[in-house]
Amino acid sequence: MRLIQQAWTVAAKDLRSELRTKESLNAAGGFALVILVLFSFVTDPGETETLYALSGGLLWLVFAFAGVLILNRSFAREQANDCLDALIASPLSPAALILGKSAASFVLLLIVELPCLPIFGGLYGLSQWSSHWLGLVGVVLLGTWGMTVIGAVFSALTVNLRLRELMLPMLVYPLLIPVLMSAMRLSTVFISGKDLEADDAIWLRLMIAFDIIFTALALALAEDVLVS
Amino acid sequence: MASRSNPAVSVAKVCKYFGDFPALHGLEFDVAAGSCLALLGRNGAGKTTLLRILAGLSEPTEGKVTLLGFGARDHEARKRTGLIGHGIAIYDELSAAENLRLFARIYGVESAEKSVQEWLERTWLHRVQNSPVREFSRGMRQRLAVARAFLHRPELLLLDEPFTSLDDKAIALLQSLLRDALARGTTVVMSTHQLREAMELATHVALLHRGKLAHSGERPPEMLTDPGFLYRTYGEA
Repeated sequence: MRLIQQAWTVAAKDLRSELRTKESLNAAGGFALVILVLFSFVTDPGETETLYALSGGLLWLVFAFAGVLILNRSFAREQANDCLDALIASPLSPAALILGKSAASFVLLLIVELPCLPIFGGLYGLSQWSSHWLGLVGVVLLGTWGMTVIGAVFSALTVNLRLRELMLPMLVYPLLIPVLMSAMRLSTVFISGKDLEADDAIWLRLMIAFDIIFTALALALAEDVLVS
Repeated sequence: MASRSNPAVSVAKVCKYFGDFPALHGLEFDVAAGSCLALLGRNGAGKTTLLRILAGLSEPTEGKVTLLGFGARDHEARKRTGLIGHGIAIYDELSAAENLRLFARIYGVESAEKSVQEWLERTWLHRVQNSPVREFSRGMRQRLAVARAFLHRPELLLLDEPFTSLDDKAIALLQSLLRDALARGTTVVMSTHQLREAMELATHVALLHRGKLAHSGERPPEMLTDPGFLYRTYGEA
């Protein structure tokens, strides 16, 4: 219970700070919009079948790129005035710090992602997903949590590196392959207006297992990640 | 430096290597509860490295550190310790009151709002408590950092260069707060180059020289009038 309370304290602080400065929200939101528009130039609106087949991949590439912008700021925010030292030296558990950072990044990334869904549908003329929006939102929630929990750990690991903006995506993207593949596949199914079939269930199970395993690993390794 | 019976801080055979470089080598001393230890030494002597280990920010390569009877990373030790490090550890986007409320929650301070208001008044920030810290002057930010470190009434204070770049008024405030804390039985360990301010409070001194303990013991009376006494006697050996 204390872990959840402490994590909420960290998340609330991060959200309050970000909603005041809007540094990463503006960057990630603007970037997502630009990428969505640019991708629309290279796709043929007449080829609806191809568009539906590519839709999940396109969407999650946008989310993955935008996500790194938010994750980069997650621990970098603590660098000003050496705030991270004060948090590590406090009774706050390292696991709560990682969990709170993950939760804040999760909410911020959702703020960017959810408006992208109707924009994506409108720009690419894909309307069949409206009947399966709940499933699509579920995939977005599961995929985003996987991204943010791994991203928070690596944001902590790379926060003191001079090239952290470069290092974070280089380290995180390979690890995200299972969750991104699952999210892309499942999103394609829902955007195409189809129901989940037995073959797709493996991707859903993979994504849920990924989220659980990496959340547990992140919490277990938090102390080693934060204390040198 | 202190009786071994009930030390507030115990440093046992602590070594810290950065690669092959020995930043600290075989440090061993205790700090008695209620005393004020001034950690002295030239730049690069290892003062900040030692304070970071005491604060639980860094693990010693060898040896062990005990704070108030607990390991340095133990929750109980962290809860009862206050830290002023090199940075002020204050969030620029939050107001002064929000910063203190945040740390009051983290430290589980009882009657948090009352404590926050008390410390805002004690550091003369109550009139600007709702203003974002980014609008504060340097002195105001440092006073807020002091309030943050004292807010949970720590039994042990770890201070890294606490007087650096403080103006006269802020130095007087910090000295007065430290005197009050020492009178309540708080233990203070501070690293400093500002010997004159530190010697008014220090009951003990420890001199680090290239990662080793060159001298430790009660503050020599000569240091009150001649703060450089210890350096001349031991430090340049």
